[in-house]
Amino acid sequence: MSKKAVPSADPKDEAACASAGSPAAAPINALLPNEGKIELHRKMVRIRRFEERSLRAYQSKKIGGFLHLYIGQEAVAVGCCSLMGPNDHVITAYRDHAHAIAVGMDTKALMAELYGKITGCSKGKGGSMHYFAPSLNYWGGHGIVGGQIPLGTGLAYAVKYRKLKGAAMAFMGDGAVNQGAVHEAYNLAALWNLPVVFVVENNGYSMGTSQDRSSAGPGLAQRAEAYGMNWGTCFGHDVYEVRATMDKFLTLAREKNLPSVVEIDTYRYRGHSVADPDKTYRTREEIEDYRRTKDPIQVFQAALLAEGVLTEALAEQINAEAVAEAELAAEFAEASPFPSVDDIQKDVYWEVDNPSQRTSQGRLFFD
Amino acid sequence: MAVLTYREAIRAALAEELARDENVVLLGEEVAQFHGAYKVSEGLLEKFGPDRIVDTPISEAGFIGMGVGASMLGIRPVMELMFWSFYSVAFDQILNNAANVRYMSGGLINCPIVIRGPANGGTNVGATHSHTPENVLANHPGVKVIVPATARDAKGLLKSAIRDNDPCFFLENTILYGEKGEVPDTEELIPLGLADVKRTGTDLTIVTYGRCVLHSLAAAEILEKDHDISVEVVDLRTIRPLDFDTVLASVKKTHRVLIVEEQKPFASVGSQLAYMIQREAFDELDGPIHRLATIDAPAIYSPPVETEQLPNVPRVLKAALAAVA
Ligand SMILES: Cc1ncc(C[n+]2csc(CCOP(=O)(O)OP(=O)(O)O)c2C)c(N)n1
Ligand SMILES: [Mg+2]
Repeated sequence: MSKKAVPSADPKDEAACASAGSPAAAPINALLPNEGKIELHRKMVRIRRFEERSLRAYQSKKIGGFLHLYIGQEAVAVGCCSLMGPNDHVITAYRDHAHAIAVGMDTKALMAELYGKITGCSKGKGGSMHYFAPSLNYWGGHGIVGGQIPLGTGLAYAVKYRKLKGAAMAFMGDGAVNQGAVHEAYNLAALWNLPVVFVVENNGYSMGTSQDRSSAGPGLAQRAEAYGMNWGTCFGHDVYEVRATMDKFLTLAREKNLPSVVEIDTYRYRGHSVADPDKTYRTREEIEDYRRTKDPIQVFQAALLAEGVLTEALAEQINAEAVAEAELAAEFAEASPFPSVDDIQKDVYWEVDNPSQRTSQGRLFFD
Repeated sequence: MAVLTYREAIRAALAEELARDENVVLLGEEVAQFHGAYKVSEGLLEKFGPDRIVDTPISEAGFIGMGVGASMLGIRPVMELMFWSFYSVAFDQILNNAANVRYMSGGLINCPIVIRGPANGGTNVGATHSHTPENVLANHPGVKVIVPATARDAKGLLKSAIRDNDPCFFLENTILYGEKGEVPDTEELIPLGLADVKRTGTDLTIVTYGRCVLHSLAAAEILEKDHDISVEVVDLRTIRPLDFDTVLASVKKTHRVLIVEEQKPFASVGSQLAYMIQREAFDELDGPIHRLATIDAPAIYSPPVETEQLPNVPRVLKAALAAVA
């Protein structure tokens, strides 16, 4: 069954609806200096080269467990995270490498985490699905489908409780929208006017199940209407369009505490995880078509070349630097030590990790 | 000392901590306008307003997950479960997200939440409303589990739990809400993980917690009077962290142990205790470790029979006599 087209945007709120001209001409993009545009491109390229390098590491058995690649979806994480202000927060599911790089995490620590090394961003305790960077307002990296969405709603609750001007972006896949916890979170966000944008990255499939075979109703974002929330959709292969759309909904959240659901049409080229042989539920032709006509890096590179912002030489240089960065990350990961057995019981309790401030008594660990 | 009910003591702890720290909020079903399904939060809405005392929809996964997310940014939510039994619909938020987030982030995040509410049988509300999940909760490293038996303990332990930077699960008891006890007039913080010897004795140690402390004390009284048996009652108060040193000291004194718990027997808190006692005090024991638990079936509705399914004074008496025989 082929991927279903995302219905056209029809947000309830007039402000959100007003979309003048092409996405590139939207103020949020038009006002972006050339350096900013190049940075968007660079981020997407760095993400892709990082993930390609991680795939090779996985194939040479340097990485255990699951590895969910984001290749093909880069414009979504990069576009959304590029809009973050100081009080904006991001949380996502297990397909979390891109958001991590997009918010500014160090690829060395990310690769080391995949290798299970102590120098990893979670000291080798989280793995691919559980990247976190609180200092960058990045709250994971969550392995249970839909389980992160109430947490994202809580980030928005905290921002509002503190009377800060900010918003949370809570990302999920097209399969996650059918989880009860997601609907509980929608209801709370709408009921209490929490500044959260629920971002549905619709890549057409939840593992091997197409949207047609898993989700009832006309569209995924449209479910927001049941909760009286604004919603919108966008073509997620164009980083300009992602930014233009998300900017409107983030502004509604930050300025008016209006939550929303935004469904972003995207596509993953690789299997669900590296373990997915990807042979039964979609055609080679479908994948090839996306690669050829909608690749987010190609689409944006072509736009920037046409604008004269990017030259072929600079594009080549950005790519070479990204390849080198990924290689360096792999070398760093390779050279780093594993955690020790003694490390297993660290980072379990705040109190144990801060013994001078411990107030409880008694045994916290058992054998 | 003032005499407060267990309910009033919990309310006082909440009020004091809400007044002390503006990051503390109370979230839950019916906690604000309705004053709490068990009236624990009566008067708090009037005192602290609707931003601090928040009525939630019937949406345990939603509002508990929301509280966990807010706690990552430093809010300290106290979340009331109308019954702890309803934790099952929020299991993922409680035991995947709250319990694991510190670990999976390599210690970058902590989750200073309290989830509180009653967890007990004995009120004829059937199997769905009578769960005692302290063993299930305590099975998850990263969390703390507290089960107070008295008004004083409830107040002092809840205050500590609210100030704690790890996720704390506080299990109350609907039957105890009306029980009165002395509570100090001055502020008291009872450390988590500190057991309390509620009665000293020399012939038998009863290790217990929660409402079974009351049964055990009543039985100890009778054992003293009618059977000349001197019983020491150790109230754990906190399940995790566990004050095993106090248990051990008592076992070394009496050499006989009975564990009394309102738990289903399989893999219960008592199972863990029995393992630890035999492992660390084998040579001190004059007989096998005995245990009295809830009769192993879903909670029965039938009112007179439910009393018999749970530990009660006659059952504790019988078990204690067997343990010293
Ligand atoms: C509660 C739960 N059920 C099932 C899984 C196994 N699982 C992991 S990802 C996935 C598919 C989710 O698809 P989608 O939400 O579309 O996200 P995508 O993988 O496409 O990014 C499944 C079934 C899980 N991790 N958690
Ligand atoms: Mg999907």
